[in-house]
Amino acid sequence: MIRFENVSVQFDARRALEDIDLTLSQKRIGIIGANGSGKSTFVRLLNGLQTATSGRVLIDDLDPVKDGRKVRRHVGFVFQNPDNQIVYPVVEEDLAFGLKALKLPKDEINRRIDEILARYDLSDFKTHPSHLLSGGQKQLLAISGVLVMEPRYIVLDEPTTLLDLRNRNRVEHAIADLDQTVITVSHDLDLIAGYDRVLVFENGRIVIDDIPANAISKYREMMA
Amino acid sequence: MKTKDIVYIALFAALTAVLGLFPPITLPITGVPVTAQSLGPMLAGAILGARRGGLSIVLFLVLVALGLPLLSGGRGGFGVMVGVTGGFIFGWAISAFVIGLLIEKFWNRLNVVNAAVSIAFGGIVVLYAIGNAWVAVAADISYWQATVGAAPFLIGDAIKVAIATAACLAVRRSYPLISKSA
Amino acid sequence: MIAGLYRDGNSVLHRAQAGAKILAMVALGTGVFLIPDWPVVSLVLVSVIVLYRISGFGWATMTAQIKPMFWLLAIFFAVQLWLNDWQAGLLVITRIAAIVMFASLVTLTTKTSDMLASLERAMRPLKPLGVNPEKVSLAISMVLRFIPVIATVASEIRDAQRARGLDRSILAMIVPLIIRTLKMADDVADAIEARSFD
Repeated sequence: MIRFENVSVQFDARRALEDIDLTLSQKRIGIIGANGSGKSTFVRLLNGLQTATSGRVLIDDLDPVKDGRKVRRHVGFVFQNPDNQIVYPVVEEDLAFGLKALKLPKDEINRRIDEILARYDLSDFKTHPSHLLSGGQKQLLAISGVLVMEPRYIVLDEPTTLLDLRNRNRVEHAIADLDQTVITVSHDLDLIAGYDRVLVFENGRIVIDDIPANAISKYREMMA
Repeated sequence: MKTKDIVYIALFAALTAVLGLFPPITLPITGVPVTAQSLGPMLAGAILGARRGGLSIVLFLVLVALGLPLLSGGRGGFGVMVGVTGGFIFGWAISAFVIGLLIEKFWNRLNVVNAAVSIAFGGIVVLYAIGNAWVAVAADISYWQATVGAAPFLIGDAIKVAIATAACLAVRRSYPLISKSA
Repeated sequence: MIAGLYRDGNSVLHRAQAGAKILAMVALGTGVFLIPDWPVVSLVLVSVIVLYRISGFGWATMTAQIKPMFWLLAIFFAVQLWLNDWQAGLLVITRIAAIVMFASLVTLTTKTSDMLASLERAMRPLKPLGVNPEKVSLAISMVLRFIPVIATVASEIRDAQRARGLDRSILAMIVPLIIRTLKMADDVADAIEARSFD
């Protein structure tokens, strides 16, 4: 369960988030809003990439700022551009990266890598240079790099923005199949249409908090 | 050292490698080839500062030493590093460090003049001092003779100082990285 | 990934430890400077040539190592001939050729991964001085990862600038390249931290 207790974030002159107070317990949570509305800041609070100016965030009773390592283990983060998330030049090396940081035994690392590659039809690319993968494969590799860590929560920050329709659909299906709690930031409204709950951000506040059907139609009116 | 610093260091090492992919321009009359690669150490020092800038070039040189063909013209390995121009290659790391040191010193009042002087001092005076000394020892000639021999390359380096100065000032406006840490 | 300069083979040199070969290179380099005697240095050069043959390399590979500095060596010989005598000239060029060719041979017979392994071993004693081998390995991997990404970004920018008629300006290329890749570096740092690296 995720708790936000009166959280505000202040950048130099700008208030990025204003007094957010809520509990997230649903399995699929969508986050929408215009650029600069505070939605990225909101998700970055979930694993300590961003520190709250006041108030606090709790992930299963852990504070991402104080228990950074523990929280990051349980909160996986997938960014918009997979090129910025893939750190190693070879597919299997990149997947091993997070696992080595967890100090897992070699057998376990290999088992998890083979399993995840098979899951996303990437087994043939195990020893391939990561930059030669297609855009969709790169995003699946980025997601895989997070999944091998076996997190409880997965945050996706605009995971389909850079993808063509076919790859977007592959990523959508990949997300749908996840057992974990998923929090997705997206401009792609179809992606979150089947979720349990949608939050709409504007000027650092949550202005709509509803089931997707209602939230999306209100958001469309707002933006019209 | 923070994760971000390591990423910046790797970034400028990679940037220096990519600059080596641009085909060299041959200067008219003298026929001296000018490569874009030596812009790498100038930019690394001027944008990242002494420590990170110097380390990024050290990292680049480590990769060359490991046997990767990252020097312009697809060269690499120990052979080219211990060759006649080895001093210029090792000198890049010190050059980047010195440029970084000077730019950090002038950071709060950086302008075209002091930026250009900093980059020219580290990128030409310091670099040639090391490079020419190496050539003098390798060829068993005097330091003065080595300096005369290297003179035609100054034209290309002057152009690179101008480019690096403009780039450093432009990047400083939109992405200042030195004041944050220094 | 970028292919190294290593050439496959199964000779004594191919099988020798990377660290040992590097030490031999340093020893040879120091040796030929300590003995400024052209017949001795020529003998060393001949031995290096023999080593190329033993390692299974032909004349083409051998000359390719020295070819880029051929003119420079010719000039050095001429300068010595003018200042001193032909013996001095011979000493200078055989010395450079011996060092460069042996150093190239070390690179040709050592896999990048073996070189990296011995670098990691060599770094271990430096740990108390604040050198973190894991971070160095991470940085090395990241450079290899970044090179193709930066090259792609560079060609995108070049196309964009060409459309605006700015394709001859290296500054119009380099400033956006740096700013875009710095932005990328910030995101990469976030991603590394999100993947619980510290």
